[in-house]
Amino acid sequence: MHELPQALPPALSCRDLSVAYGSRIVFEGVSLDIRAGHWTAVVGPNGSGKSTLLRTLAGLREPHTGSVSLQGRPLSTWTRRARARCLAWLAQSAGATELTASEVVALGRFAHGGWLAHRQAADDAAIRRAMVATGSLSWARRRLSTLSGGERQRVHLARVLAAEVPVLLLDEPTTHLDPPHQEEVARLLREQALAGVCVVSAIHDLSLALAADRLIVLGRHGLVGHGTIHQALTGDWLSVAFRTRVDIVDQQGVRLWRPALETVSGLGPGAPR
Amino acid sequence: MNALRPVLVDIGTVCTEAGSSHRLAMWVACCLGITLLLTFGSLIAGTSSVETSLGWLLSPDAQSSVILWQIRLPRTVGAWFTGALLGLSGAIAQGVFRNPLAEPYLLGTASGAALGVTISLIAADASLGGLAWIGKLGVTGAACVGAAAAIALTITLSRGVIETASLLLAGIVVGFLLSALMSLLLLAKPEIWRAMQIFMFGSTDFLSWSSTTLLAIVFCVCLIPALLLARGLDALTLGEDTAQSLGLSLPMLRLTLLGVVSLGTATAVGQVGIVGFVGLVAPHMVRETLSVNHRQLLIGAALCGGALLQAADLLSRWIIRPEELPVGAVTACVGGSYLVLLLWRRSRDA
Repeated sequence: MHELPQALPPALSCRDLSVAYGSRIVFEGVSLDIRAGHWTAVVGPNGSGKSTLLRTLAGLREPHTGSVSLQGRPLSTWTRRARARCLAWLAQSAGATELTASEVVALGRFAHGGWLAHRQAADDAAIRRAMVATGSLSWARRRLSTLSGGERQRVHLARVLAAEVPVLLLDEPTTHLDPPHQEEVARLLREQALAGVCVVSAIHDLSLALAADRLIVLGRHGLVGHGTIHQALTGDWLSVAFRTRVDIVDQQGVRLWRPALETVSGLGPGAPR
Repeated sequence: MNALRPVLVDIGTVCTEAGSSHRLAMWVACCLGITLLLTFGSLIAGTSSVETSLGWLLSPDAQSSVILWQIRLPRTVGAWFTGALLGLSGAIAQGVFRNPLAEPYLLGTASGAALGVTISLIAADASLGGLAWIGKLGVTGAACVGAAAAIALTITLSRGVIETASLLLAGIVVGFLLSALMSLLLLAKPEIWRAMQIFMFGSTDFLSWSSTTLLAIVFCVCLIPALLLARGLDALTLGEDTAQSLGLSLPMLRLTLLGVVSLGTATAVGQVGIVGFVGLVAPHMVRETLSVNHRQLLIGAALCGGALLQAADLLSRWIIRPEELPVGAVTACVGGSYLVLLLWRRSRDA
């Protein structure tokens, strides 16, 4: 485990945040200080508002109550383009388009030039770096609609990385990826955090989420806890959030979620076959 | 001028983009070549024989010069600009609505223009006192005013341009409503039905150098903002939320581009009447043959739309010569057949 920087200010924070879809409150009273230089994973059961939290922090959804601040300034005071130069967001299911992979990644630099500006050498370098990092350079000229789900996801991840912003909000960045590529993405997010970026990712795979530096655990009606992995495990936040026993095992320093399959009839190791 | 530089450079360098640059350059050259051929064909096609027209071209006299350069040439050049405006508007509409079936008349412009022309014909036909000024607008003016009013009504009904679905729905409602109003007026004044037929099926017969100049100016006015905002349309293909997260202002993009679509469509309809399918089919023809971003698609759809309407115009004069078919009927046949072919190919490849 790497040393976590301690003295960095919160890159992203929210106070008493609540979000509602019509009369249904998704979560309420959420207050967070998310610091730069950390990879924070957001976990929780389906419908707990992981994606909604990220969208609200990204300024894509108006909160019902409460406020969001980016680098100490209220999000509402940022212009759209200035915000995009500071914060990048990856959707849970990014769309297929007829654009080529390199054109999609280049859109990550959209806010870096004006409407009339041309792509600079710095943009090209950032695009290439991001595509190399995600292993998507080899299909740079292929239409996104002709790529597989996993390949598409890596292109969208490259688009977000190409922005080279201090805050990354990623909604399920490992969707459609096979295990080796999930591992690569986890390594990539850790590298970004080590480089001082504030990385926040919603992840439904608990074992992968436990590879992060910190956890934001959401329950049915709001925040269960926000802290280090150790704090989350000591406080048994995951069991509280999922309202069932969540077993985490430590295998040579790697924490893994162990499904309690033996409690399901016929699937236990000693079950009659 | 500095602001225009990137656009001019983009038009120039659109063929040098990595990847499809060679095919795109070939495609653009092919479109321009076809346009030149069609222009030549339009010069020698008319009520007189081809031999006679060729003779006029080689040794023109005063009368043949008027026919060639004041009637036939502005007609085919005007048809090209009309088709280019419809192709461009169609590509923009499909990008803004993120719907491959979107077309330039989606906001009720066609019905609005038709109603405007109906009212203008009635006003010109009868002495209506206070409404006489409508008759003085002429068919072109009335069509433009009608199209603009329809768009204003659509945007008012959908309470702005934020919700794409509301905008589409409002456009459909306005289209039906204004068409119904026009039908009622035609029932009350059946004597204008013949004149309305020419407008409803479209006709390039009335295109002169002055209307062609107007079409050319509007085409340039529409093309420049469209190209400037093309990258915004690219971003929109990734979804509205992603586009906003990239720093795009959706209301500004939609309002500007729908303004461009409205101006282009209203001008085209005002000059040649309602010509269907060009705006819908031209972007598909580009997409089917090239892997393109929106900057390339907009230029391609304009070139393709221009050539399509020129070809339809030539066919409309040639099929039952010396009589003419309405150009809108030809575009409907050609465009409809192409869409059926496209559907068949897609279902075969699926």
